[in-house]
Formats: sequence, C-alpha cells, structure tokens
Amino acid sequence: MWTWFYRLGSPKWFYGISGRWLPWFLCAAMVLLVTGSVWGLAFAPQDYQQGNSFRIIYIHVPTAFLAQSCYFIMAVCGAIGLIWKMKLSDMVAKSCAPIGASFTFLALVTGAIWGKPTWGTWWVWDARLTSMLVLLFLYLGVIALQSAISDRNQAAKASAVLSLVGLVNIPIIKYSVEWWNTLHQPASFSVVAKPTMPIEMWMPLLIMVIGLYCFFAALLVMRIRVEILEREWRTEWVKALIKKR
Amino acid sequence: MYFESLSDFIAMGGHAKYVWSSYLIALFIFILNLVLPVMARQRFFNNQSRRLRRETSARNVKIENEGHDASGS
Amino acid sequence: MSFSKLFMATLKRDMTIAFRHPSDLVNPLIFFLVVVSLFPLAISPDARYLAEIAPGVLWVASLLATLLSLDMLFQSDYQDGTLEQLLLSPQPLYTSVLAKVVSHWLLSGLPLALISPLLALMLFLPSSAMPTLMITLLLGTPIMSFIGAIGAALTIGLRKTGLLLSLIVLPLYIPILIFAASAVQNAAIGLPVLGHLALLGALLVLSVVLAPLAIAAALRISLGS
Repeated sequence: MWTWFYRLGSPKWFYGISGRWLPWFLCAAMVLLVTGSVWGLAFAPQDYQQGNSFRIIYIHVPTAFLAQSCYFIMAVCGAIGLIWKMKLSDMVAKSCAPIGASFTFLALVTGAIWGKPTWGTWWVWDARLTSMLVLLFLYLGVIALQSAISDRNQAAKASAVLSLVGLVNIPIIKYSVEWWNTLHQPASFSVVAKPTMPIEMWMPLLIMVIGLYCFFAALLVMRIRVEILEREWRTEWVKALIKKR
Repeated sequence: MYFESLSDFIAMGGHAKYVWSSYLIALFIFILNLVLPVMARQRFFNNQSRRLRRETSARNVKIENEGHDASGS
Repeated sequence: MSFSKLFMATLKRDMTIAFRHPSDLVNPLIFFLVVVSLFPLAISPDARYLAEIAPGVLWVASLLATLLSLDMLFQSDYQDGTLEQLLLSPQPLYTSVLAKVVSHWLLSGLPLALISPLLALMLFLPSSAMPTLMITLLLGTPIMSFIGAIGAALTIGLRKTGLLLSLIVLPLYIPILIFAASAVQNAAIGLPVLGHLALLGALLVLSVVLAPLAIAAALRISLGS
C-alpha cells in the first residue's frame, strides 16, 4: 500500500498517469456542468419569493463550496509537504491557490449580483459573503507570499505555514463574522434558499457541485503538470518530451 | 421546460441581466482557468526548445572549431 | 539554561537595544495619533457622530499602528546576523521567540493601550467606555503582536515587506477587531462586555501557546536552515 504513496512522490510517474486521467476529468466536468446548468436554468422551477434570480444559486453555491474545500486541500497538502518533504504535495498546494482564489472571486461576484434583485443593493455585509471576502484575502496573501519568494522550496514551505495558520483561523473568523452579523442585522437572511428545497431544485445543484469538483480536479492536474515540467526541465524524460514536439 | 417560450427563457421573468451576467462571468472565469495553464505549458515548451537549439548549435560550433584547430595545427 | 533565565535574558536584551533608539518607539504612537485625527477631518467634527464611530476608528488605527511596528521585531537582528545565531544556538527557539514577541508588545502595544484614553477623548468616546477600551487594547495588542510576528517571520528579507506583511496579517486580525470594537461599543451604551473580553482572553491564550511554534517554523524556513 505504501508503494502507492511513495510512487506519488515521483513527479515523472504522476505526469504519466495524470496525462491519461486528464481527458476523463475534463469530459466528466463538461458533461456534468452543462447538464447542471441547463437543468438549473431551463427546467428547475423558480423560487416562490426570489423569482428567477434564484437560478444564480447553481453557480454561487458550488463555487463557494469549492472555494472552501480548495483552501483545506491547499493547507493539508502544504502540511504534507512540510512534514514528509514530498515535492508533489508542494506542487498541489501551489496549484490550488490561484484556482481557489478565482472560485472565491466568482462566489463573491455571483453573491453580489444575486443580492441586487433580492435585497436591492449590490453588496450586503452578511455573514457568508463577508467570510467569503476574508477567504479571498487569505488566498491573495498566500499567492502574494509565494510570488515574493524566489526560491521554490522556501516559497512552498512558507506558504504552507501561512495556509496552515489561515486554516486554524478560518473557524475563528467565521464564528466572529457570524456573531458580528447577528449584532447588526435585525433578521438574518440566508443567501441560500430555505433548506427544504424540492428535489427538482437541489438535484441540479448536486450535479453542479460534483461537476465543479471534477473541473477543479482537471484544472489542478493541468497546473501540476506544468509545474512538474518547469521543475524537472533538466531531466532526460522532459528533454525527450521537448524533442518530440 | 419550465418556461413557456424561448423569449421567456431569455427574459428570466425580469431578472435577465442578473442571471445571465452571473452565468457569463462564471463561463469567463472557467475558460480563463482552462486557458492559463495551457498557455504556460506552451510557453515552457517554446522556451525549452529554443534553449535546446541554442545549446546544440553552440556545441556544434565548438566541435567545428576544435576540428579546425586539429586540422590547422 | 532554564526557561525563565533564557526568557528574561532575551527580554532584557531586546528592551535594552530598543531603548538605544527611543525615536523608533515613539513613531507608532505618533502614527496612532495622526490616523485618529484624520477621521474628524475627513468626515465630520460632530461629537455625536464621532462618538458613534470612535470604537471602530480607535481599533482600526491601533491595528494599523501595530502593523507598522512589526518590522522592528526581526529586521535589525536579521541584518546583523544575530537571528541566524539564535537559530543555530542549542537554546529552544520557542522561548527566545516568546521573549522577543513579549518585548515587542511591551514596546509598542502597551504604550498604545496607555495613550488610548487621550485619543478616545478626541473622538468623544463616552467615559464609561474608557476602561473597556484600555482592557481590549491590553488584551488585543499582544494577540496582534503574536500573529503579526508569524507574518514578520515569513517575510524576513523579502522586498516590499510592508505591503506583503499587511496583506498576510490583516485578515487574521479580523476576529480581534470584531470582538474588541463591539466590546467598546457595548460599554459605550451600557451593555455587558464580559463575554467579549473572555473571548479576547481565549484568543490571547491560544496565540501565546500556538503562535511561537509557527513563528519558530517560519524563522527556520526564511533563514534557510
């Protein structure tokens, strides 16, 4: 069983196997995302109170979900890279950051756009949107730190420490923002529709979430492959790849 | 199909600009995330093949010069 | 060397060095004063309005002042090689780091907390809120020193550390800001504040125990050993 774990440490092995898996991830992602969007846009019923703007949920919720999972994955891979000195883990963590940041940005933008017809303003300082904004700041901090350090290994270790510190802080931040929000909002609105959603509404949502996970995996693999090439440019197998082109 | 007609679908009951702008921005971000690694990969191969060409030509020049020196001296 | 001996020795050393440049100690305080003065100038000198925003303004200003004071933690020691010696020495890094952060707080956070009533007067904060303001600052500034030290340790020797440090550290300061500012607001209108202070105290304990671990790890990473 551990041979699998140690093989994972070999960039060349990962490059080979990921090349075979990538088209499948992309296909699955495409199929699921298109199905989910079309179902959500055209076939799901509209919300009783919010009308058709409710359909934004099919983008907002999956991206918000993934933004948080991505940070967790980034921090855990950073920790694995710190403890077991596994280069591939560092590469996963580095690739997670820009993808996670763009998903967080998307969640914020769709949340804001959804807010306009629902609450009348382009931005609301509600607990979830504010926590998502702070998550974006955390991502940007990690990205900024990585780009500021020129040595690859030092950059990976430093951003691993930072993302772990951020991970510990995320529950504290969420709690404090939610608590702050209850002080200043007379009634707490939720950007998500009421939990008792009929199946015709949450099925497309589930499909979108799974589809977005597949898309995330595909994007991650694409970035890791480039990272492997850049790190291993001196090796024979990469030189062979360059000559083949 | 929830909507009566295509124009109803596009109009989204008055919320058209919100729903469509969200989906279009999402599409844009997804495509951006797909394109950037592909461009980086392309850039890597271009730079590396250029470097390999430079190194092989430098090596060839060196070998030629050594050959000349050997035959000359 | 025992824990307390090492702690006191490092503390004394840092304080002695800092007092050789007294102007460095006064700068954060002046910054605090200037930033607070900007708000009435920018918005309105109306007493009722200022009293309402006073808790938030005072806390944001102290946050920014602490951020600016963070580079006195490691920069000079890094530049003359003392930091590297510290990492190479057999003494536990945890203790030395703890002492350094405590001395930083004594030199920046504590004075900030002590002059805060003066600035609170300028913003017409009700006197009922003054004790709470001081207590929140006394509890909150050490937390900021500890968390800020993690950021400072990660960014030693990099270019443009000031902005990078702020970007890294400010999101982590948000919970402190929320609990402390609302505590002072509650005190101003006569509501209970014990819960807020207890939360701040808990954050303080958490950072005293955990932050030095992260700071030590960050120092080792930044100095490449």
